[in-house]
Parts: sequence; structure tokens; C-alpha cells
Amino acid sequence: MSRKPPTPAPDDDSILGKAYDPQIAGRLWTYVRPYNRQLALALTLMTVATIANVLGPYIIKVALDSGVAAHNIPRLAQAVTLYLLAATIMWACTFTRIRIMAVAGQSIIYDIRRELFDHLQALSLGFYSRYAVGRLVSRVVNDVSVVREFIVWAITAVTRDLFDLVGITLVMFALNWQLALLSFLVLPLMAVATEIFRRRARESYRLVRSAIGWVNAVLNENIVGVRVVQSFSREERNYQIFADEVNGNNLRVNNQAALIASVFFPSVDFIGSLALGLVVWLGGLAVLNGGVVASLQGPAITAGTLVAFALYIDRFFDPIRDLSQRYNTFQATMAGGERIFELLDTPIEVKDSAEAREMLPIRGEVAFEDVSFHYEAGGAPILSHVNLRVQPGQTVALVGETGAGKSTLVKLISRFYDPTGGALRVDGLDLRTVTQRSLRRQMGVVLQDPFLFGGTVRDNILYAQPPERLGQAATEQAIEAAACAVGAHDFIAALEKGYDTLVGEGGAILSGGQRQLISFARALLADPRILILDEATSSVDTQTERVIQTALERLLKGRTAFVIAHRLSTITRADKIVVMDAGRIVEEGTHTELLERRGRYFELYTMAFEGNVEC
Amino acid sequence: MESANTPAPDIISASLVVKFMKILIRLFKSLSGYGRQLAGLVACIVLVTATSLVTPSIIQYVIDDGLTKNHPRAMLTAGLIIVAVGFVRAVFNLGKRYIGEWLVNRSGYDYRNALYEKIQRLSFGYHDHTQTGQLMSRCTEDVSSLSRFVGQGAVDLVNVILLFAGIVFLLFRQSATLTLIGLGPLLVLATLTYYLGHLLGPLFLKVDQALGDLSAALQENLSGVQVVRAFASEDFEKGKFDAANRKLYGARVHIVTTWGMFLPAMTWLVMAATVLVLWFGGRMVMAGTLTLGELVAFNAYLLLLAAPVQQLAFVVNSAGEAVAGGQRIFEILDLPEEISSPPQALALPPLTGRVTFENVSFAYRSERRALHDVSFEALPNQIIALIGPTGSGKTSLVNLIPRFYDATTGAVRVDGYDVRGVNLKSLRSQIGLVLQTSLLFSVSIRENIAYGRAQAAADEVVAAAAKAARAHDFIARLPEGYDTVVGERGITLSGGQRQRVAIARALLLNPRILILDDSTSSVDTQTEYLIQQALAELMQGRTTFVIAQRLSTVKRADLILVLDGGRIVQRGTHDSLLAEGGLYKEIYDLQLKDQDKFRREMLFLDAAPEHVRAIHESPLQPHADRPEPHVAPDTQPLRPSAVK
Repeated sequence: MSRKPPTPAPDDDSILGKAYDPQIAGRLWTYVRPYNRQLALALTLMTVATIANVLGPYIIKVALDSGVAAHNIPRLAQAVTLYLLAATIMWACTFTRIRIMAVAGQSIIYDIRRELFDHLQALSLGFYSRYAVGRLVSRVVNDVSVVREFIVWAITAVTRDLFDLVGITLVMFALNWQLALLSFLVLPLMAVATEIFRRRARESYRLVRSAIGWVNAVLNENIVGVRVVQSFSREERNYQIFADEVNGNNLRVNNQAALIASVFFPSVDFIGSLALGLVVWLGGLAVLNGGVVASLQGPAITAGTLVAFALYIDRFFDPIRDLSQRYNTFQATMAGGERIFELLDTPIEVKDSAEAREMLPIRGEVAFEDVSFHYEAGGAPILSHVNLRVQPGQTVALVGETGAGKSTLVKLISRFYDPTGGALRVDGLDLRTVTQRSLRRQMGVVLQDPFLFGGTVRDNILYAQPPERLGQAATEQAIEAAACAVGAHDFIAALEKGYDTLVGEGGAILSGGQRQLISFARALLADPRILILDEATSSVDTQTERVIQTALERLLKGRTAFVIAHRLSTITRADKIVVMDAGRIVEEGTHTELLERRGRYFELYTMAFEGNVEC
Repeated sequence: MESANTPAPDIISASLVVKFMKILIRLFKSLSGYGRQLAGLVACIVLVTATSLVTPSIIQYVIDDGLTKNHPRAMLTAGLIIVAVGFVRAVFNLGKRYIGEWLVNRSGYDYRNALYEKIQRLSFGYHDHTQTGQLMSRCTEDVSSLSRFVGQGAVDLVNVILLFAGIVFLLFRQSATLTLIGLGPLLVLATLTYYLGHLLGPLFLKVDQALGDLSAALQENLSGVQVVRAFASEDFEKGKFDAANRKLYGARVHIVTTWGMFLPAMTWLVMAATVLVLWFGGRMVMAGTLTLGELVAFNAYLLLLAAPVQQLAFVVNSAGEAVAGGQRIFEILDLPEEISSPPQALALPPLTGRVTFENVSFAYRSERRALHDVSFEALPNQIIALIGPTGSGKTSLVNLIPRFYDATTGAVRVDGYDVRGVNLKSLRSQIGLVLQTSLLFSVSIRENIAYGRAQAAADEVVAAAAKAARAHDFIARLPEGYDTVVGERGITLSGGQRQRVAIARALLLNPRILILDDSTSSVDTQTEYLIQQALAELMQGRTTFVIAQRLSTVKRADLILVLDGGRIVQRGTHDSLLAEGGLYKEIYDLQLKDQDKFRREMLFLDAAPEHVRAIHESPLQPHADRPEPHVAPDTQPLRPSAVK
């Protein structure tokens, strides 16, 4: 555990933007625009409700002055009915407005999430190698939620607060402009208090977020690593560090934040009391003398007016309090919006060109023609001047050290990236001239760590082959045939619900070897012309190992295959071994040829075995 | 953020009420250390409530005494009183807010500490069955709902009760009839809010689930992005996500519209109360049974009550959440520590490293047995290789030595001491572990290497360990050397680099007994070579247990234990076991022999003599810069450029 709170990384979620950024707000607005009719309706309803709300105390004044004080029962009845009417109008308007805004607001959020997801589906793998999955999930889930709060709540609440402020101000002036001015004498004080609060709150909010982030990171790491903690007997020391530094820091900054809010909100209340005191004193005098204080001369101030003022002053400070509290939401929204748009603006690196054609069924001939590749302009070359020709049906084993360029080479075949120099042709067609979809439909990929989806075994095998293509019965047969061919049928049949067994997140209920076999079946059912296989290195038990080796043979048969090979048996059996080093092909040939050559291939493996035999 | 509300439990049924109260009591007990703060808080609440009650009566005084009886002095007095009372109220409000928040923060701090302390001490057996996410959500959401209730919900509750009692008392004193009339709508309001809290619970749960499904769909799609792209199934994935997105949309619209139905109705009820008071009260004023000022004050009091009554709904809701969270937290805090040092346990002296298993059987938590009647003895400084198929019990066996689990029957002894009878720390600090996936912490490399040390280790000591672990060179080339922070907030090390740092960490601990896994998957051949060297260094002069995947390891072992189905089925050395046949031979043929064969082939040990001759006599290879083909076993077969 480090001794100081970590400084947030530049894209850390605790960084706050401005409270208002016209560019981001403008762009958010484009999502609101399709619903501007609903929004207009909602705002109209709100205006009506606000008017009714603001009129409330005035009606009470009328009830007291012309009804009760004047002993005029019909007048009182009138006023009371009017008040009830205002209440009912308010109820109807608010009810309808919330309903409209709920649908519109959630639709907007739905739209943003869908757009984000669609964009994520189009982004190339290069993008995914730079972004952690967790961070992307946070964009789509958390940042959008923050924006939702803003759109659904802030648009209406802020508007309502502003309406209230304006409405109350107007009514107060209409009632008695002198008393109104008197009440507003305290506003400069209010402005100063709010400004001080805003500055302090901003900084403390940032500290609070980063402190809790640190706490969670440390907790998470120590739960994941609890076995290491215990085996090194670090429990006591870790606890000291956690309690004093990590959690303690969180306590301190939260208390600071609490102090700031605890001073501000009572201060606002006190300023309200000041205004009320002023109004009661000078206003009351005015009621009595109607002119003792010259400046207060004007329309008669009645008891009712005074009561109405007391009520208005109270309500006047509510929106101010509310707006101050929303300040942090604003900042968080702008920051969240910025991150969302940054993601949406990430360019799609691999795109179908306008003239891209559908690729017809291929034979599987692959040719690299002087292919070079680097990730960033000016960055280190990952592949340089690779020339390689593979005949249909050949198995190519790629060998070389980590970072030699094997994975990049095979990724270019699926067109996950475009070469930065040279061309890659399948059956003579440059990959950039065909649609990605038609190319990938004819290719199969088996990853080193086979990724399974959380559905059933059937769903997973069928993943590459949506059921609508074949009939229902044919589909069932095909699934089983594929599973049998790779030797997976037996263990699947032994599962609780056979092919309908849910495999859990990432295939959790299956062993590594079983996951591999299912991914083989998936690839086999897709029946690709070109197969790319990154062999798993993890150890499996002897029985599974035997099954896997047989399955591999079946899978490779009759297809052009590129194998990033780790199994010695796979390497020796390949039609062609390609030895890579620092982005170049340094040797090419069969196992026997390469051994005789005693070059890099020879060296690579003698080293591996010599290295650890007699230490 | 989406709201993380859990449903308010159905607190109507009696047994639940008891449970609810028990947890609440326990909750408040945990605050017993903060008596002064609590007293201060209650004092502040009482004073704030009292001062809030003053303002309406001042207005009443202004109207009845000042205006009606024409006393100008009363105006100034009233104005001053309002300001003074406002000031006093602000001060106590500050106190109330701050102490309340302080209690929220402090109890959150205490609960997090307690959980952290406990989680660290829970046995491996517990952690095997518990997901990280589960524990994290207790430390985050549950702690925050609990502490928020302690400091805020409970404060609100006390506040509401005091205010309610005070106001009702004042109102009754003025007019019992009018009080009953005015309170009518407010009682409806209270019922409605309670009902709303009930209604919203399940809806919040639905939103949470929908959001969880959406995140899961997203997470899966992004983690499997290569598969999605490779099979060109983006459209299918979009359909899946859209379904989750729609479900979330539906759940949220449902909750907001439900909310939207109740919220305006509540405001309406408050206004209706005013209407009733004005109408009936107004008639009373005209009849002379009430003064105008009293009527105004009456209405003001009623309005004072509206906000707290509405708040009550949230308090009920947050109490429900707090109890649910509290239950989950206490569940963990109450767990027995299955593995801990017995009282007055003997602290082990420095060990020689003899390890004995005496008829040990072991099962993970009532599951089928993982080890059956295992007996063997490892002498100091021996290398014991464990070999067998997946699930044969190799890992279970080594986990018993540092007492990560307890044997179900039989005994595990080190230097003759039963591991269950000795101080845990003194045992574990003499045992080192290097596993296949090496977990490092997000701190500097220096701190990672010195992780097992009680005190900070000197720089030279750390560097020496790193050198022995073949890690010094790559560390020295990092931007900040040993101070480089690894992990999420720092740099990412490769698997091979992590493993070497873990080896250095074990070396620095200088354990007498070492447990390791010799597989080096997914690393390139050079790294593998370095790791093997480092492991060899580490094994020197210690009793070592190796979960073996490599031929070279089993060949060097003093004793090979072949495990199958939790039993030791064969034991001996490589040569004796090979001669014996059985499972060892089978594993050798399938997995180990290849390594041997390949190596021999590479070195032409098996080639026919004429073939070898043919190679040796063939013209010189084009790669003149390559090293000599025949590499003596003890020379470094690496190219200089490769030794990084």
C-alpha cells in the first residue's frame, strides 16, 4: 500500500470538468432535440404549475384579509376554493409532466447507450488493446447515468428553480415593491456565501471521490490477494496501513466536506431569517403608521401581506439552496459527457470501403506481399516486409518469442487491422476491397484462452451459425456432429442438462480443457476456409490432452490454418513452420528442413531445453 | 448513478420486526463509543426543533399584539427576535449537520475497518466460496447504507418525532378541533408515503437487476470482442444489448412514473390541509374563538410538519436498506475464524525444514474428499515433486503445510510440531510460496519485494534478492527503477516479470520451506530460461515442494509423489518410477517425453549416425553469426542481445 493517496490518472473519473461547458451541453442537446415536443409540453406544464404554486401564498393573503379579517364568508369560500383549484392544477400538471419527462428522459438515455454500443461494435481491435474493459463499461453505465440525472432531473428541476425565483420575485414586487426591495437587501450576502461554498465544495468533492476510489482499490486488491496476504502474514501491518492511511484519509476528507456543507446551508437559512426580520420590523411599522418611514409609503401593508411575505421569503431561498446542491451534479455531468463524446468520436480504424464487394466462397490461398505494420504512426514497426504464400489446405505453424509479431500477423488475416505497407491477399483479392463481414464469415478463430458466452452450451457452439440458416432439426444434428467430431459430446452429455446447461460467466463451470473443446466445436460448425488458432499453453490432464490433440487434427484438416503453436506435436506436424523474430520472418520450412539448417529455429528450441535441464 | 436501493423489508410481520429491532439495536450499540457526540447531536436537534417552532408564534405575536393592538415597539422586538432566533438556529443546525455527517463518516470508517480486518483473517476455505464482488459490495454499498442511516436516517427520525410531538402539542393548545381537522390530510400523507416506500422497493430492485444485466451483457461483449469480430456477429450482439437496454428503459420508466404519481399527490394533500385550516379556522376567527394571528401561526405550524412527514417515507426506506445492509455486514463479522492460532500457541523456533504427513485426509467443506490417507516425510533440503492429473490433490496437499486449510483427519507436522498447535505467524513466515499466477500489489516494486518483511528492508537487500531472482536487470531499466509502481495505477509487468518479482519476494523472506509451481506458461523461451534459473536459485538449501510440469524438475527431485484421486499412488525417483510403469509412465509418455524427445532431436542425440554426419559435413550455414551448434550444457546458450 502506498503512503500517499494516488494521484488520479489523466482520464480518472474523479476529474471534474467545468460546471458548464457550452460545447458539451450543446452536444447533449442534440440528443434532447428529437424529444423537444415533449420537452416543450413539459415546460409548459411546469410553467402552469409554478404559477399556481407562486399564487398560493397570495390566495392565502386574500383569504385572510378580505375573508377572515373582513368577516366575509363567501369571499373566504371563494379564496379557499381557488386555493384548492390551484393545488389541483399543480397536481395534474406535475403528474403529467413527470410522466412525459420520464419517457422522454429514459428514451434519450436509451438512445445514447445504443449509440455507444453500436460504436463499440464498429471500433477495431486496436482500440480494445488500449482500453480496459472496465473503463468502457463505466462509460456506458456510469457516465450515461450521470448524464441521465442531468437530463431527467436537472433540466426540469433547474428550470423550476429558476421559474420559482423569477415568479416569487415578481409576485413580491407586485404585492409591495418596498418590502420586496427590503427583502432583497440580503442578496449580496447570499451571493458571497454561495460563491465561497462553490469554490470549496468543488475541491472537496474531488478529494472525496478520489479518497473513496483509493479505499475501494485497496480493498479490492486485498480481497483478491488475500491468500498472498495470509501466506506472508501481513494482516496486522495491512490493517494499520488501511486504518491509518487509506480509510483514515477517506474519513478526513469526508469530514472536511461535511464541515463545508454544514456551514453553508445553515448560513443560507440565517440569511433568510435576516430578511424576514427586516420585513417584519419595517413592514410591521409601515402597517401601523402607513407613512412614518417615508420610503415605505405606498399601497397599504396589511397583516395578510406580511404573512404572504413571510411565506415567500421562505420559498425564495429553497431554489437557491437546491441550485447550490446541484452544482456538483453539473460538474459531474460535464465531465461524464466529455468522456462519452470522446468515446463516440474515436475514429473507426478499419472500415469497409465504399466499393467493397462481398467475398465469394474462397479456396483459402493466403498471400502476404511485403506487408509491414505498426500501431501508431512513427511507432516501432511490429511487422516489416513480410512475404509469405500459403496454399489452400496448408497448416502453418508460427513460432518465435513473445513480441516477435506472430499474433499481429494472424490478426491481419482477419483484417482486425490493415497493413501499413504492402498488401494481404486471400485468393488473390486484396482484403481492403472486400467487406469485413463476408471475409470473417469464412474464417474461424480459436483463441488461446477460449472465450465462452454466458448462455448454454448450445448457444456457444451455435454462436457462429445463427439457427435461422438451417432448419431446427438440422441445427440440432449439426451441433451434435460438431461436438462429436472434437470429442466434446461425451462430457457435454454428462452435464446436468446436456447441451442446455448454462455455462456461467465466461464458461465458469467448465474446466479449461472443456472450454477449449467447445471453442473447437464452435469453430468447426462455422466450417471456415481459413482457421486461425492460438494454441493454449495451460496444462490439462492427460485424458483431455489426448482428446484435444485428436480434435486439433480434425479441425485443421482440409483448411488453410495458421497456428501460433506451443504444442511440440503441432509444430512438428505442420506443413510449414514460420519462424519470426522482431517482426520479420527469419526462417521458413518443415521441421526437418529447419533442424538441418541449424538456424534460429534450432537455436530457439535448444535454448529452451538446455536452459532448464541442469540448473 | 443508478440508485442502489434494496427493497424495504416487509417489516409488518412479527418475526421480522424482532429481527429488524435486533439489528437496529446492534447498530446503535456500535455507536456506544460516541456518547458525547450523540448527546451533542440530540441537544442540537432539540434546539433546532425548538427554534423552528418559535418563528410562527412571533408572526402571531406581530399580528395579534403589534398590529391589532398597535404597538410599534413590538415590531422591532419581533424583528430582532426573528434574527436572533435565526442565528441560534443556524448555529445549532451547523452542529446538527456536522455531527450527523461526522457520525456517518466515522461509523463508515469503523465498519470498513472491521470488515477489512475480518476479511483478511477469514480462511482460504471461506474465500474459495466467496466472490470478490460479493465482499466488495458489503464493504461499499452495505457500509454506506448502514452508516448513512446511522448518521442521517436516525437523525431525521428523531427530528421528525420531536417536531411532530412539539407541533401537535402547540396546536392542541390552541385548538383541538382545528388540529384534528388539519392533521387529517397529513395522516393520509404519512400512510401514502409509507405505502410508496413499500411500492418502490421491488421497483428499485428491478432497476438494479436490469442495470446489472445491461452491465453484464456489455462486459461480456467487450471481453469477448475478438470472438464477436471473428465470427462477424456484431448484429446479433446489438440485438442482445438492445434487449437489456429496453428492459432497463422499461424498469426506469415504471419507477419514475410511480414516483410521479405519488409526489404531486403529497403536495396536494399538504395544500388540502391548508384549505381545511383556512376554511374552518377562518370561521372560528369570525366566531371569535380564534385570533387571526393564531390562525396564521396554525397554518405555519402545519406547513412546518409537511416536509418531515414526507421525509418519514425515506427514513423508513433507508431503515430497511440499513437493516438489510447491516444483516449482510454482521453476517461476515460474526463468521468464525476457522483457522487461527490456538490460545498460548507456541511460537515456532527456526525450522530445519522436515515436513511429515501422517495419515492425512482432507475435504473441502463437506465436498468429496480431496486427499485420502496421505503419509510421507520430506527431509530438510529435499526437493519433493508432486505430479498427477488435474484435480488429483497436488494443490490441496501443499496448502496444508502453511495451514491454509486444516486436515480433516491425521496430522501435518513441521520439525515434529503439529501445525495446528503453533503460532500461525511463526509458521507461515518460514514458508515461501511462488505460484503460477503471481499476484503483485499496486505499490512500488521495492515494497512488493519486501512484502513479507515486518520492517522495511534495506535497498541493497532488496536489490540482492532481485538479482538472485533475475529480476534486477529489467527493474533497473524501468523509469523509476525499484520505485516504479505496478498495477492499475502504474505500469503493467509481463507474466514473466511478475513471476520473477514474486520469486524475489519469496527469496527475501528466506523461508525454510518453499512451495512452488514450476510451470511457466505463456512466456517466451528466454524468459522461461531466466525463471528456471531464478527458481533453481530459490530452491537452494530449502525443503521444496514443487507442483511439477517439467521434466527437468522431476529428474532433480529427491522424491516424486504421484497423486491420483487424492491418493499417493506411486513414490520414488524418476528412474525408479519409469521402471515401475503405471501412472507416472503414462504421464511421462504423454506430456514429459515429448520434451525429452524434442530436446534429444534438437541435439541430434537420436539421429542416425549417417544423418548426423551429413549435417556436420554440409556446407556452412548462411547464418555465420549464429553460435556454435553444439552447445555445452553449462555454457549460456543465449545470444548476448537476448540477455536483457
